[in-house]
Amino acid sequence: MTEQLVMEALTEVYDPEIPNLSVLDLGMITGVVVSGNQINVDMIPTYAACPATSFLQKIIKEQLVEKFPNAEITVQVITSIHWDTNRITENGKLKLKEARIAPPPVHKGEVTREMLLGVTCPQCSGVNTFLQIPFGYTLCRAIHFCKDCNASFEQFKPVALS
Amino acid sequence: MNIGLKNLLLKTADDSFIVGHRNSEWTGFGPFMEEDIAFASMAQDKIGHAWALYKLVEQMEPDHSAEWLAFQRPLKEFKSCHLVELPNAEYDFSLIRHFLFDEAELLRYTLFLESSFEPLTHLARKIKGELKYHTMHAETFLFQLANGNEVSKARMQSALNECFPYALGLFESFEGEKELIQEGIYPGEQVLKDKWLAAIAEMIAEAGLKMPEFHAASSVEGGRNGYHSDFLLPLLTEMREVIAIDPNAEW
Repeated sequence: MTEQLVMEALTEVYDPEIPNLSVLDLGMITGVVVSGNQINVDMIPTYAACPATSFLQKIIKEQLVEKFPNAEITVQVITSIHWDTNRITENGKLKLKEARIAPPPVHKGEVTREMLLGVTCPQCSGVNTFLQIPFGYTLCRAIHFCKDCNASFEQFKPVALS
Repeated sequence: MNIGLKNLLLKTADDSFIVGHRNSEWTGFGPFMEEDIAFASMAQDKIGHAWALYKLVEQMEPDHSAEWLAFQRPLKEFKSCHLVELPNAEYDFSLIRHFLFDEAELLRYTLFLESSFEPLTHLARKIKGELKYHTMHAETFLFQLANGNEVSKARMQSALNECFPYALGLFESFEGEKELIQEGIYPGEQVLKDKWLAAIAEMIAEAGLKMPEFHAASSVEGGRNGYHSDFLLPLLTEMREVIAIDPNAEW
């Protein structure tokens, strides 16, 4: 039982809405400590109101209980660290594209209007697109329209802290 | 707990909680699908923000849980302003309320970033990042409709005129405010109001609308001190239906 093995187990815990996107890809895991037969995982919610947070906490625990049946496992949601989209890994961005969701650009501490304009269409990779609404089917997404594909697509919205 | 701090946290939470619920009432009734999604998302965000603030109050005064603060606190102890209590009415009114409220909210959290009370600064960093999308939405619709046609412009103007006195009530002073200013926790409602007036005057002018005239007596107040509009009680009653049936239900 090592931190490495715990991290490997977490690569199989997926976001309920986005196929193959793990909690590690999303940057939600802030700490993994293995001590004796105790495993402790710290996680952070993406949005303050994300309804999937407690569900993810539950399935993370279930995964670790299954993989490490003799361990004492705690998974806690902490608030001392805030999530923002820069925490999404490169691998995570690839998975988003595979799921036909435009990944967020890396920000330098602030979300600018430009980040929401001419977003690359995940279907055709063109930029003949416009923002329809800065909200989507889940809290983390915005809806854009690709004029070349003549279809809407979602973008994982860039979020910065302050 | 410092009474001024408690009032500041509760009124900010209550405003978000109540206007969040009002936003959710557009679900299924928006003029088109994307607007339904917009108000539903903003509702979810705002109720999440309220929850985070209630949790902060709970940490400081553990004998009342966040659930109790939201669902069982007596009406008179609510600190929401009348602006957020008003029913949704027509879409023009709701959009203008959304614009006036969210611009103030964004500025409020900008002030919170400078607070000497660290837990508030910390929370503000998270919430302000999310509120940017709310103001982006409000501003987009303000400009689009004010520059639409004669009808949309007229409706936005009349909604602005109607809403404005209620919006001024956002800045009603509250017990303990002076101490918060002295302690560097919060610079006070007058500072926020001045910033807000400057910000919205610019956007209203840019949109080609007229800034409503107002004077000292224009503001619809009372909410910060427990005197609420007639709309709050039926709204809270509806929001509390579940817990009225099962007091042990968890949020």
